Amino acid sequence: METIVFSLLNGVIYGLLLFMLSSGLTLIFSMMGVLNFAHASFYMLGAYFAYTISEASSFWIALIFAPILVGLIGAAVERWGLRTVHVNGHVAELLFTFGLAYLIDEVVKIIWGRNAVDYRVPELLDFPLFELFGAQYPAYRIFTLFVALAMLAGLWFILNRTRAGLIIQAALTHPHMVGHLGHNVPRIFMTVFGVGCALAGLAGVIGGNYLVTDPAMAVQMGPIVFVVVVVGGLGSLMGAFLAAMLLGLLQTFAVAIDTRFADIFGFLGLSETSEVGAISIASLAPMLPFLLLVIILMVRPRGLMGDREL
Amino acid sequence: MKLVKSAALAAAMAFASMSGASADTLKIAFIDPLSGPFGPSGQSGLNEWTYAAAQVNAKGGIQGKQVEVIGLDNKVNPKESLIQFQKAIDQGVRFIAQGNGSSVASALVDAVEKHNKRNPGDEVLYLNYAAVDPVFTNDRCSFWHFRFDADADMKMEAVTDWIKGQEQIKKVYIIGQDYSFGKAVAAAAVKNLTAKRPDIEIVGNELHPLGKVKDFTPYVQKIISSGADAIITGNWGADMVLLIKSAMDSGFKGEILTYYGGSKGAAVAMGESATGHVKAIVEHNTNLPMSDAHAAYVDGYEAEYSEDDYYYHRISNAMKMLAMAADKAGSTEPKAIAFALEGMTWEGPTGTITMRADNHQILQPMFMSTFSKDGVTRGVEDLPLGWTSGANDRIEGEATKTETTCKMKRPS
Amino acid sequence: MSDQTVQNFESLAPSAGQKFTQRVLPLAVFALIILIIPMFNPSNLMLTLLNVMGINIVFALSYNMLLGRGGLLSFGHAVYFGLGGYAAVHAMRAIENASYGDGGFWASYPVFFLPVIGFGVGALAGAIIGWPSCRRAGTPFAMISLGVAELIAAAGFMFGSIFGGEEGISGDRMNGPELFGLSLGPINEVYWFIAFWTILGTVGIYAFTRTPLGKMSEATRDNPERVEFVGYDPQRVRYLVFIFAGGFAGLAGGMAAVQYEIFTPEAVSLAPSGMVLLMAYIGGIRYFAGPILGAVVLTYMQSMLSDYSEAWLLYLGILFMAIVMFAPGGLAGIVAGLFNGLRADDRSERVSKWAIMVVGCVLAFVGLVALVEVAIRWSNGYGEVFEPFGMHLPTASVLTWVLIVLPLAAGFAILRFGATRNKEGQA
Repeated sequence: METIVFSLLNGVIYGLLLFMLSSGLTLIFSMMGVLNFAHASFYMLGAYFAYTISEASSFWIALIFAPILVGLIGAAVERWGLRTVHVNGHVAELLFTFGLAYLIDEVVKIIWGRNAVDYRVPELLDFPLFELFGAQYPAYRIFTLFVALAMLAGLWFILNRTRAGLIIQAALTHPHMVGHLGHNVPRIFMTVFGVGCALAGLAGVIGGNYLVTDPAMAVQMGPIVFVVVVVGGLGSLMGAFLAAMLLGLLQTFAVAIDTRFADIFGFLGLSETSEVGAISIASLAPMLPFLLLVIILMVRPRGLMGDREL
Repeated sequence: MKLVKSAALAAAMAFASMSGASADTLKIAFIDPLSGPFGPSGQSGLNEWTYAAAQVNAKGGIQGKQVEVIGLDNKVNPKESLIQFQKAIDQGVRFIAQGNGSSVASALVDAVEKHNKRNPGDEVLYLNYAAVDPVFTNDRCSFWHFRFDADADMKMEAVTDWIKGQEQIKKVYIIGQDYSFGKAVAAAAVKNLTAKRPDIEIVGNELHPLGKVKDFTPYVQKIISSGADAIITGNWGADMVLLIKSAMDSGFKGEILTYYGGSKGAAVAMGESATGHVKAIVEHNTNLPMSDAHAAYVDGYEAEYSEDDYYYHRISNAMKMLAMAADKAGSTEPKAIAFALEGMTWEGPTGTITMRADNHQILQPMFMSTFSKDGVTRGVEDLPLGWTSGANDRIEGEATKTETTCKMKRPS
Repeated sequence: MSDQTVQNFESLAPSAGQKFTQRVLPLAVFALIILIIPMFNPSNLMLTLLNVMGINIVFALSYNMLLGRGGLLSFGHAVYFGLGGYAAVHAMRAIENASYGDGGFWASYPVFFLPVIGFGVGALAGAIIGWPSCRRAGTPFAMISLGVAELIAAAGFMFGSIFGGEEGISGDRMNGPELFGLSLGPINEVYWFIAFWTILGTVGIYAFTRTPLGKMSEATRDNPERVEFVGYDPQRVRYLVFIFAGGFAGLAGGMAAVQYEIFTPEAVSLAPSGMVLLMAYIGGIRYFAGPILGAVVLTYMQSMLSDYSEAWLLYLGILFMAIVMFAPGGLAGIVAGLFNGLRADDRSERVSKWAIMVVGCVLAFVGLVALVEVAIRWSNGYGEVFEPFGMHLPTASVLTWVLIVLPLAAGFAILRFGATRNKEGQA
């Protein structure tokens, strides 16, 4: 029972953080076809900006301004970087972001040092909210839950209930048609790229203090973001949301399972002491997303909710 | 290129002494990461070697030769290390120092052994200051390799010796990274605990993939619901910091016994809430009672490298023992020094230090240091927090001695 | 359209002379360079670097079979390099055990031919992993390769009996029967071994591009639909190319096994996969010689640049970005552009254009280096000061910032001027 409650709670919160991180990439990828390798680097920038701003003022100001700053940087990258590369095709764009991730990493190391920075949970939220089966539950985690839900609601509202959102939705599926209708597609691209990066920045503000803010955080989060986007499917925020939830729950539940391969495949004569038999499901938990990625791409290249193939 | 080169030369202030004639210098090539994610730990190792060399040079050097430390960046990559090793040899280096990563150590032990076999008269000596895989002083021991850090098994001996005196610990949870080192730590912990404290229940023994876990909360809640009052972990880097952070956030009340709690950057990331809970098994901490001379050495280091903390005490041991061995042998030939180092015993700043002759493993007092707020005279990373240890936290070097399977082949 | 005369296709084909200068001569020159290098008595370090370059040349060329020729972007090519290398090291140990033990097949297998084992295992791995991944090109292929690379990298640390845990697996190359009088002990003997396989690998990969399969792989890259129309199965073409690319990567792995005599799990991780991508792309994926150039330059940078600046990774990143943004043809594209430009009619105009660009680049580079070097010293906080040419450039001094901003601004202004002038020239 307690395992199930804990796994559910943790899975949902981890899933929501993943969703915050990858929703921006889904937007960017669906519209521009650019698999932004530097997306997790914008997440890192968000955390570092939040650290600097909250040192100078407070966490709450950082919560608003750090994502905006990250978004501006993202828009600038699109305007003066990606747009130049665009003519050379998607591979060149992908490689551009690959190199950009590299550069952001190095620049962050120069500005903020190569070790972790002391980015803390604000004091207002730094207390255990409740106790469950002997383990405390920090209030900040519940706060992240609400921020993520608010973001989800906000995104949904903007995309479905505002004019700008409708144009973006149209550009997601029919970019050429939107161009023909007289909208400035490059500017839409720039805006979406900026907003996407800002969302990653917001995830950084929220996640940087409950995980660790150090120069390795982008590399650590990088690949898993792709998994969410690809599994979720192109052009579908809902798909990304489902995929993030699925991944979050899958990983946390797997951690709770101590079964070893020997127990499952014992009837095939796999012994407890052999190398394969000794592997437990729990130890494989962090690898499951990649397994899922490969399987989804093989079986259902559209992803869970995608409206077209990659 | 010239510009950058001269820049780099100028930057290496510490190498200022290298302008002397090369025949009068004893070169130590420091082959460790100086860039990339592990750059910081490699850089502080280089700083401490450079500082130790400057201290020896101030007293006239080793056998009249000035010691020069050459930093070579191996990017913690075994293959790259072999290229840098070749670079060192081309520069006339006869001593190499390395510490980060057993994969690199494995490549270098092999390379040094082969180089010395294929180039008699031009031997190289390998001073290992931090690669702790027990295999290098057991099955794969080499006459040319000396280890100045306790190996993983010895550290576990020390940890379990310390647990022997802690009546309140009844249930232990072991968690580690899923690779050779993590597995070795887990196996040693189980073996030693059952031998020394059979009453302790091991409530969990878990491995997770190396550097892949982003959120340790599920693991921590599994630990808490198992009722464990101590965690033993060999985790390092992000895996350790994230584990400790989640444990503190979830209100874990017991002890977390680590190997690498004191490593660079960890203190800031763990934060104040971890004080009193996190312990690390180390050969030195900066809040030990010190002699004036040793305190001056430590303070001198922290003054010269203000961004860095004194951490690798074993480097100063290694440099001193290198000098002593050279004096004993009356030569700076690696072979003569290697013979002189075997079985050497001396009184170091923390107690008796012995270099075992049978497998070239150092024995030195170990301390179970606690990350604390109180009793801290020298903090780490500009925090008011630091590492302290009490009288009961000291484990003598002799107690950490393990059986060795080493069959040392000595040159004639 | 109606009354077409029968075209004489013979006249479109290259003449025998052209064939020789375009196909045989470059390879012959490449082989000749490799063969005469030892006459200059390079130091051991230089020989080691040359050996690593040879390995990386074959590795990068095999990667370009996918990226450049097949249009398949892979993030996990080191998997085949690593598996081939591991197989070779295991074979090396088998040779050692057999020659001191009961003999058998391995006792008579020369270390010199270990790359063959690497090729076989690399191709086998390609055949197994390629089956699911080659069904589609483009982003799905890239993503599957990333997922597979992550899985294999994790397995590398989990299965000790194959990968040897963190310490990896090591062997001794001085066992088994000697070939060509090479004991393979000293580094200069290993050079001949590497030289042999580098030339063989390069010729092999070049020959592959001339086969019908190689041609179809390029066609599949450009237009898979048309390939289907003419009766080929693009999936099958990709799959076969993938197997060969895996095989040649394994060959490079086998060469590395002999050179280093050790393989560790990092060899199958994402980092070397990223590195080989950088090599191929910086060198230029549209040219056969591109990856060769890239392998040589990046190998040198990786091992030597770190002696000069600890910010070498940053410079590498900037170089890569500059190539992606401004020179998609890579280094080979630049060289080819220069070569063609010098033979064009508007030679003098081009040269003056280049001169402007070179001046701009150099100025911008100087400013950039000054900025990075000052910044990195400030960041380290050890109080070091950047002192090029005896100048003293602390962070706070005005001179420092003048020396950073002035060249940067001037460089970019000149480059911009050159670019706008080009546009006007074209218009």
